[in-house]
Amino acid sequence: MRRLLAGAAALVAALLASTQPAAACAGLIGPNGAVNLLRTTTFAGYHDGVEHYVTSFRFAGGSGQFGSLVPLPGVPSDIIRGGDWTLQRLIRETEAVKFRGDFPLASAAAVQDAVVLKQVKIDALDITILKGGGDAVGRWATEHGFRLPPDAPEVLDFYAARSPIFMAAVFDADAAKARGQKIGDGTPVHLSIPTAAPWVPLRILGLGKSGQDRVDADVYLLTDARPQMLPTPVGVNGMRIDHSAAATDSLLKDLRSDKGMGWVPSSAWLTKVVIDGSAAQLKYDLAISATAAAPSPVAAGLEAPSVPIVPIRSQVPELTAFALFGFGLTLIALGGILLLKPATASR
Amino acid sequence: MRSPLVALALVVFATSACAPAATARIEIRIHYSKFEPSTLNIPAGVPVTFVIHNDDPIDHEWLVGDAAFHARHRTGTEPVHGDRPDEVSLPANTTKTTTLTLPAGIYTYICHFPLHEQYGMVGVVNAR
Repeated sequence: MRRLLAGAAALVAALLASTQPAAACAGLIGPNGAVNLLRTTTFAGYHDGVEHYVTSFRFAGGSGQFGSLVPLPGVPSDIIRGGDWTLQRLIRETEAVKFRGDFPLASAAAVQDAVVLKQVKIDALDITILKGGGDAVGRWATEHGFRLPPDAPEVLDFYAARSPIFMAAVFDADAAKARGQKIGDGTPVHLSIPTAAPWVPLRILGLGKSGQDRVDADVYLLTDARPQMLPTPVGVNGMRIDHSAAATDSLLKDLRSDKGMGWVPSSAWLTKVVIDGSAAQLKYDLAISATAAAPSPVAAGLEAPSVPIVPIRSQVPELTAFALFGFGLTLIALGGILLLKPATASR
Repeated sequence: MRSPLVALALVVFATSACAPAATARIEIRIHYSKFEPSTLNIPAGVPVTFVIHNDDPIDHEWLVGDAAFHARHRTGTEPVHGDRPDEVSLPANTTKTTTLTLPAGIYTYICHFPLHEQYGMVGVVNAR
């Protein structure tokens, strides 16, 4: 618990010290191009073939617009404002150290141009769901005023080869101030993503960092059964398991009572994976399987897909829907994946 | 002989040595924020045309010069950028052409966008 509190304190300090208006992930690109390293915390749960993804953007003062790009394993069927206490409740639950878990994947072929599938405004956040190849999404981001770090083209291709779905979130600091948001206030975003092959993006956490820069993140998984994971967190690979146990009734009850969390089952397995490695180490994602099947090396980014993978079940007309199977995925990420700032003249 | 482009550059160099009136032509590709090739040999004192393809979905730049030139750009003290033969701005997925006549010497070409040089967007031109 001391470690968690220290991490939380460091994050808060970083946020308060930051001149950036929002902090939602590990790679925060400032006006001068500098990357501020922030700890990311993610909670992922999988149940009934639906992945719920929640990211919280914290207001850290300043003005202007900042944004984040998050690779997704499928097309969200719903995007809502997330609950307020889920992550805090999970941190409290996992103060003791323990052990481990698995997954598959989803994706599709690159397209010439990024297609805007959905646009939603939540408080001071503008959320856009994009479908496209790495090149198309990168171009879309550039054309919409974002300055991507130099490793972005390769990293976006890495994700688009498996899933051409991305979430672009723009945080308007001026709008946040106008809404009366105070420094440190968070805006959680909850995405429901039907998918048979959930995975947790990890490589994106190293975006914009040099190879030796550290990536610190906490990933919480809530699955129907004890999960298998690929790669297996063993410590030397930059990941370790700090908690692995049946979720307590009180935790499940508390989670279920938060906004949008009615999907939480009556029994589940809670796993906490700590990411503590260098950016050079994190060249993979975390593939998970809560069934007897082994996690997919493709989902983990360890192997290229032999054929393009199409995201499962979509409410978006231009995407082909097909049957759901397996388990659901719920991701709750407090912190973000990739923070970007709308482009300004470099000199 | 690191790539076909280097080979092409050498061929162009050799050709230009036989026909000094011709303008050498060198192609440079930018992919995943790296210059390909990252080493060029060109004839000194004659015009050389550089065709630079930015295959990335992000903006880059190709600035060629000596150490003092790059120091100015690195520190942001260069007041002007663009519209000069040795300073080429390359928006995402674009190709630009520029022609330079470089005296004998060793020069570097660098993208000075934030973090790009550190990421490895550096190349060397040997003019001789």
